[in-house]
Amino acid sequence: MIRLATLRAALALLVLAGLPLVAGAQSRTITLPPDHPYGDLKAAPGQDVTERACRNCHSTDYVVMQPHGDVRQWEGVVTKMIKVYGASISAEDAKAITQYLTTQYGR
Amino acid sequence: MADLDRRSFLAGAGALAALTAVSGSLGGALAADPVLAGRPLVRYPEKTDLILLTSRPAQLETPMRYFDRAITPNDAFFVRYHTFPTPTSVDLGAWRLRVGGRVDHPLELSLDELKTKFPRAAVTAVAQCSGNSRGRFSPRVLGGEWGDGAMGNAEWVGARLRDVLAAAGVRQGAMQVTFEGLDRPAFPTVPQFAKSLDLARAIEDADVLVAYQMNGADLPMLNGFPVRLIVPGWYATYWVKHLSEIQVIDHVFEKFWMKPGYRIPDNACGCVEPGQAPAHTVPISRMTVRSFIATPESGTRVAVARPATLKGVAFDSGSGIREVQTSDDGGATWHRAQLGADLGRYSFREWTAAWTPPRPGAYRLLVRAVNGIGESQGYEPLWNPAGYLRNVIESIELQAG
Repeated sequence: MIRLATLRAALALLVLAGLPLVAGAQSRTITLPPDHPYGDLKAAPGQDVTERACRNCHSTDYVVMQPHGDVRQWEGVVTKMIKVYGASISAEDAKAITQYLTTQYGR
Repeated sequence: MADLDRRSFLAGAGALAALTAVSGSLGGALAADPVLAGRPLVRYPEKTDLILLTSRPAQLETPMRYFDRAITPNDAFFVRYHTFPTPTSVDLGAWRLRVGGRVDHPLELSLDELKTKFPRAAVTAVAQCSGNSRGRFSPRVLGGEWGDGAMGNAEWVGARLRDVLAAAGVRQGAMQVTFEGLDRPAFPTVPQFAKSLDLARAIEDADVLVAYQMNGADLPMLNGFPVRLIVPGWYATYWVKHLSEIQVIDHVFEKFWMKPGYRIPDNACGCVEPGQAPAHTVPISRMTVRSFIATPESGTRVAVARPATLKGVAFDSGSGIREVQTSDDGGATWHRAQLGADLGRYSFREWTAAWTPPRPGAYRLLVRAVNGIGESQGYEPLWNPAGYLRNVIESIELQAG
């Protein structure tokens, strides 16, 4: 026979592990893991402001998977985030972010 | 009852590891793939180890070895989202599918009503991301840099969209039908994900489903629980997950994810000269013909003078696969593969071929498919700026001896 405490502990682990909990099949919940370190940006001047801006809406693997490009590419990307997706980034920050991306993820 | 589900417990422990640490990375053969190299394997809720594209929103791709069979298991099925946050919790007591707009009787259907008030229909169909294999474009293009695993094939069961629309009573003057899911971006400036179909397809095609079942089970949350739209033959951008809102409209819907998003050059090939921008575009729709060798895995070693079994899948937009061929001499000669069971014109068609390497050395094996109307695959990849429609002849490299 299984002890209640063990059962409780196992249940807690399942909750933590993000497995779906089926409460009578009336609802379903999952828990998503945090951003994977694979997407971490390179440590260099401008990393902080870039991370802050990007992570408002998405993980930074969106950055690291892109083809390395010149200043035109990264300027275009930052402009698209502001104009198309409405990212709230000041002109000064946009410049710093573009420079960081071009230096660290350029050709 | 002592066996409080030891397997669930162990699976839970595994998932916990994935939450707190790197779950693993790709093996030697795949690590050599320029697109997949360095990408970790991760385990998300209700999923097995998949290749990470992005964490947030979650985008995960299926390792090639799963495409040695026609049906892709639910836990290995790829995941693609557009905006964050994504739905993680659905209360079926409160969830309703709303049908409105230019209809006589707006509906609010519970999942039980969807299951019991409409005839149950099934279709086996391939879901493939428009940008599958985008990472292989040359010159490269910006976007989700997928390998080839943003595709999967499942048996979908649900209510026919046309039956649901008939119950609502589509009014005169209707032109298109729009679809939205439960996704709501964190910021109101981010365009809400929404897609549209022309009325004709929505009310005539018996294979367009509002699906509540995938391979005999509930949909995994990350694949659209509780229901998603199934649009066989068309890219998965139309297969709206967590579907919750259907609107009949009297105009052509041109919000962000239909225009400027998900457009292809308005010409027969959907392509332009590499690096050029198309003058006119149209919404992406039908999938191109594709075929893959799933096993042996590229980069692995096989025995000389002993037959190896090649396995994979082929598919198109619904004409069905007529033939699959392989070549070990760069396409000078092609050999017909054996086709597996026909699961319907929208399904993966499984294929197998025996291949015997005559002598030690490196081999490149090619595969191509021909569909029911004679369309096939070319030696040179077509290019467009969004990285869509890829269907070049695929190949693997094997070492014999």
